[in-house]
Amino acid sequence: MSETAFTEAELQAYVDGRLPERRRMELEAHLAAHPDEAERLAAYRTQAGRLREVFAPVLDEPVPHRLALTFVPRGSRMVRVAMALGWIAVGVAVGWPVHTYIASRSAQVVEMPIARRAAIAHVTYSPEVRHPVEVGADQESHLVAWLSKRLGARVRAPNLEAAGYSLVGGRLLPGETGPVAQFMYQCKQGTRVTLYMRTEQPEHEERAFRYSDQGKVRVFYWVDRTFGYAVSSADIGKDVLYKVANTAYAQLNP
Amino acid sequence: MKDSSQVVALIPRLRRYARALVGERAGADDLVQDTLERALNKFHLWKRGTDLRAWLFTVMHNVHVNQIRSRRELLTLDAEALELPVRAAHDASLEARDVERALLRLPVEQREVLLLVVLEDLSYEEAAAALGIPIGTVMSRLSRGREKLRALMEGLPASGRLHIIK
Repeated sequence: MSETAFTEAELQAYVDGRLPERRRMELEAHLAAHPDEAERLAAYRTQAGRLREVFAPVLDEPVPHRLALTFVPRGSRMVRVAMALGWIAVGVAVGWPVHTYIASRSAQVVEMPIARRAAIAHVTYSPEVRHPVEVGADQESHLVAWLSKRLGARVRAPNLEAAGYSLVGGRLLPGETGPVAQFMYQCKQGTRVTLYMRTEQPEHEERAFRYSDQGKVRVFYWVDRTFGYAVSSADIGKDVLYKVANTAYAQLNP
Repeated sequence: MKDSSQVVALIPRLRRYARALVGERAGADDLVQDTLERALNKFHLWKRGTDLRAWLFTVMHNVHVNQIRSRRELLTLDAEALELPVRAAHDASLEARDVERALLRLPVEQREVLLLVVLEDLSYEEAAAALGIPIGTVMSRLSRGREKLRALMEGLPASGRLHIIK
C-alpha cells in the first residue's frame, strides 16, 4: 500500500458505497493508478456480495414457532387477541377446525380451552432437543419456587416415577391472562409428556377429570379451585397416558 | 400493540444475522429467542421513534456477549488451529459453506461489525451505537475483518498484524 491521501476509513466507505460523490471520483482516479489497491477493494466488494448471497435464503425460511411466540407483551388485550390468533395459526398446523371455533366466539374474548392450549404448548416444546425446558429437574426446588412466584400461586411438580416418567424440568409460557407453567417429563424410551398448569379466574367452573383428542395430541385435563391442569402426549396411547395423568391427579388433588 | 408486531416482522432479519454470527441454525435460533425474550423484558428501554432494528441488534449483541462468556464453544476458532477446507469445485452449497466457515474464524468483534454493515446495511454510526463502541473502532474492525476474511477465503495466512483483537 503506497502513501495515499485517502484514509483507510474512506476506502472502507468506498467499498460500502458510502463515500460522498466527489470524494468517490477522486478515489477512483487514484485507484486507476494503483491496481493493487483497486484489486483489494474490488475483492472486498465481491466478498460483501457473497456474504449477502449466502445468507439471503435465511430470510425466506419460515420462522420457528418458538420464536414467533416469544415476543408477546403481557397485559394488552389487543395483544392477547393477536396472540390467540397466533395460536390459531399453530392450531391449523395441528389440524384443528378453526372456523367452528371462531364462529362460536366473539372476536373480543378469544379464550381457548385448556386442553387446546396445552396441546399446542406440547407440540411446540416437546420436540425441543437443546432447550426442552428453561430450568432443569436438577434445580427442582428453584424451578418450583420460580414458577410459583410467576404464577402467583403455589405450584407443584408431581412425581410421576410410579408411571415411569421422570421430571425433565419446566418452563414459563405466556398465557391469555398471565404466565402459565409447563412441566416436562420423559420416560426411559425418550417419549415425553407435558403437564400444563395455569391459574384460573375466581369465577371459573371446576371440571372433573376429562379426556380430549387434539389432533395428534391426547390430553387429560381437569380444573380445580385454583388451577387448570392438562397432561398431554403425542407419542403414547390413551391408556398409558391415563395412568400418567391419574398419577399426577392423585398428587395434585389429594 | 403495533410495536410488537414490528418486532415480529423483524424476526427474519434477526435470524439471518444470528445465523451468520453463530454459524449453526439451532444455536442461532437460540440467540434470537434469548434476544426476543430480553427485548420483551426491556421493551420500555426502547425509545419510540428510534430505529427498532438497530435497538434489537444492540440487545442481540449484549445477549451474545453474555452467551460467549458463559459458553466457551462459541469462542472464535483460532485460524491457525484448523486447516482451511480445500475449495471444492463450483458447488454453490459447498462454496456457501466455505464462506460460513471462514466467517466463523474471524474474531467475533470483527464478524459483528462486518455483518452489521454488509449484511444488515447499518450505517457506521448505527453499528457503533449497536455495539457500544466508537465509530473509529467500527472502521478499524471493518478493515481488519475484511482483510482477514479475504485471506481466509483465499487460503492465505492472514498477516500477523491482523490477529490483534480488542
